[in-house]
Amino acid sequence: MTPRLELRNICKTYPGVVANDDISMLIAPGEIHAVLGENGAGKSTLMKIIYGAAQADSGTIHCDGKLVETHNPASSRALGIEMVYQHFALFESVTVVENIALSVSSTFHLESLAVKITELSQRYGMPIDPYRRVHDLSVGERQRVEIVRCLLQAPKLLILDEPTSVLTPQAVVKLFETLRQLAAEGCSILYISHKLDEVQELCDSATVLRNGRVTGTARPRESTSVELARMMVGSDLPEMRLEPATPSPEPVLEVRNLSASPKDRYGVGLKDVSFCVHGGEIVGLAGVSGNGQAELISLLSGERLHAQADTIRINGQPVGRLDAAGRRRIGTAFVPEERLGRGAVPPHALWENGILTGHRTGLVRNGLVNRPKARDFARAIIDRFNVKANGPGASAQSLSGGNLQKFIVGREIELAPKLFLVSQPTWGVDVGAAAFLRQTLIDLSRAGAAVLVVSEELDELFEICDRLLVICQGQVSAPLRTAETDREEVGLLMTRLGGQDGDKRSGELALQD
Amino acid sequence: MHFRIEQRPEPSARMRVAAPIVATALTLLVGSIVFAALGHSPLATLHAFFIAPLSSMNGLSEWLLKASPLILIACGLAVGFRANVWNIGAEGQLIIGAIAASGVGLFYPSPESVLLLPLMFVAGALAGMGWAAIPAFLRARMNTNEILVTLMLTYIAVLLLSWLVHGPWRDPAGFNYPQTALLPPAAMFEPFDYAYRLNGSVFITVVAVVAMWLFTDRSFLGYKMSVSGAAPLAARYAGFRESAAVWTGLLAGGAAAGMAGMAEAAGPLGQLSPQISPGYGFAAIIVAFIGRLNAFGIVLGGLLMSLLFLGGDSVQMTLGLPSALTRIFQGILLFFLLAADFFIFYRIRPLREHA
Repeated sequence: MTPRLELRNICKTYPGVVANDDISMLIAPGEIHAVLGENGAGKSTLMKIIYGAAQADSGTIHCDGKLVETHNPASSRALGIEMVYQHFALFESVTVVENIALSVSSTFHLESLAVKITELSQRYGMPIDPYRRVHDLSVGERQRVEIVRCLLQAPKLLILDEPTSVLTPQAVVKLFETLRQLAAEGCSILYISHKLDEVQELCDSATVLRNGRVTGTARPRESTSVELARMMVGSDLPEMRLEPATPSPEPVLEVRNLSASPKDRYGVGLKDVSFCVHGGEIVGLAGVSGNGQAELISLLSGERLHAQADTIRINGQPVGRLDAAGRRRIGTAFVPEERLGRGAVPPHALWENGILTGHRTGLVRNGLVNRPKARDFARAIIDRFNVKANGPGASAQSLSGGNLQKFIVGREIELAPKLFLVSQPTWGVDVGAAAFLRQTLIDLSRAGAAVLVVSEELDELFEICDRLLVICQGQVSAPLRTAETDREEVGLLMTRLGGQDGDKRSGELALQD
Repeated sequence: MHFRIEQRPEPSARMRVAAPIVATALTLLVGSIVFAALGHSPLATLHAFFIAPLSSMNGLSEWLLKASPLILIACGLAVGFRANVWNIGAEGQLIIGAIAASGVGLFYPSPESVLLLPLMFVAGALAGMGWAAIPAFLRARMNTNEILVTLMLTYIAVLLLSWLVHGPWRDPAGFNYPQTALLPPAAMFEPFDYAYRLNGSVFITVVAVVAMWLFTDRSFLGYKMSVSGAAPLAARYAGFRESAAVWTGLLAGGAAAGMAGMAEAAGPLGQLSPQISPGYGFAAIIVAFIGRLNAFGIVLGGLLMSLLFLGGDSVQMTLGLPSALTRIFQGILLFFLLAADFFIFYRIRPLREHA
């Protein structure tokens, strides 16, 4: 059988990095093929080359046996190659059908297009109303729009880039059903991911990348996750050491009946949120993004203030009206979700970014910055957290996302916090570094700190947390003991907690960004 | 052939040095073309513009005299600009500073006092700060746009000055000219040499440059301000107050402009009239940017801008070229400087042709 897509010896270098080095692979018609690799392994570059959004320096691409000569997104689509990006490219303020019409090259007739959208989406089990405005859609629904947009072109090859990173476990099951149905009809699927369990469940074959090279091919269903992980990481992952928690008798963080309005019109308000985090334990906050996490975390960090001081207490002290500096002074440290521009100043050097929150550790004397000390502080973080950077003088924006994350987490941990708030601790961080960061969080908590982790990765939360909270539509569930619950229960709470307004999409609220 | 603009992975160190040089060279080139178009020999005009003003002691004195307020004000403004606080009303703060200082100089009960000059200095600085405190308060409390408020307050300052010199402060012995009486000698900076106008007020500028360097480069407050400017969310994340940056930025600019106004009144002017500044407050904005908001860059920028003022006068007098030429030159220079700056952070890459 002629392969649907064949890559031969693809090479691509960017200034300073070899993104793809001699990559070859074959994808048969109707095959679901995984491209596995850590962040920075070269997956995204390879997909861009296949889709024509980037050009390979050397190597050839064959589609249905024919050499693809001139290559750009338009010619790819003519060949039947479609791509769903990780970050959606939809216009928030107009309807689904209008969004799709913009990318369909054929005649512009909204009514007939809407009918087609309804038909297609029904057929593949992901119903979508073509006349709803995109800003009202949940993340899962937005993804459906993107997929339907591709399906309208009757693709022969569909590329999906980390499609499940924003979905609930239940929505993932739905997506996989759709993809299997598509494959059964002959469409090849290229599935990019770093999640081993998903690849094992869904994919027929896998190509594993590391540092821009193919390090192996596998039949995921017949391989163990340890084998796959070793191909991805190049070595065995360290075992997590997780001793039982010994929570402090008094809570370090206590939130009582906290309600707040949304921060903007796409935000979500908080409704009567109450929970505690004790010293010595890690509490996880699970939820699909855009359900009030951003509001909650900015109220806890002090970036946003609350009129009633006693809705939030740290070590018994009411802090609702204390700003971020005041809360840091009493032992809070915080890692925000956005690294560039919030957790770090992009054009500033790392040593300057160390001062951002580290200034309280003796880096400032008589109102003047002690530069040698600031450099030592940054260098210590770089060494201890194995940050790949060109010394303390490197600018924050020159680091990869994962390395900057390590630097920011490192900086906050160096402050020896009593209360540690972390949002998405391992987003974009490679598997090895993620394991290290998780272990660091565990060690910090076992040394007595109270740790609150906000994450969309359930696996991560189950791995390190002692107790779990679930947030949905601005409401936070009662705490669950991690040992006594499972993904099903948490997944249901992620969508059903809002309760009353009972329609199918209840929990999947609009994402604000 | 297509071209694509893309961000450099790291700002280019070479372009950082080359940008002002390339910009100056291009300004000279375009300037030459303009002169040629006006029917003058470019070389002779450039000589009259840049060389002639500096080839006498008096020329050098005038050069520093005009550079001094530009540098002083630019230093103050740059403190705010680094934190994205856009005070463009330094001209008004300069005028208010000159009014307050002259008021003290004219009406202080003992005109012989050695305290007079220091008192005028304090009055000028405080008045400039006071004028800048209005937009600072409005921005910090009500989130008004300080660009508009500072600019509008400049017009108020101009009209206030005009009212004073036409009305209550007009010199009774001044033949009805709209100007105040001359300041007493104790209220004036003594020139280094009576043949020239350059006086001790340049030391205010020297101190300001060093203070500005210390503040922006070494102090923690300066660090916080640069965080506010480069990443407001990071400042909020770290708990640095935005209002502190707004107040510091505007008050620094106001104080510097007020001091410059005092130095003008107590230096080359010696009295108030409706027109006391050739636009120092606005030109200083350009100086601050030519100097990349950096203390020593501002010194060079101020010297260059001052030379443009002098050269403009010189070509007007010797070649009869229009006075608008100075402005055109400033504009061309700023244009090329910003354009060259762009290449520090971005580059243009040719894209391979494909069908």
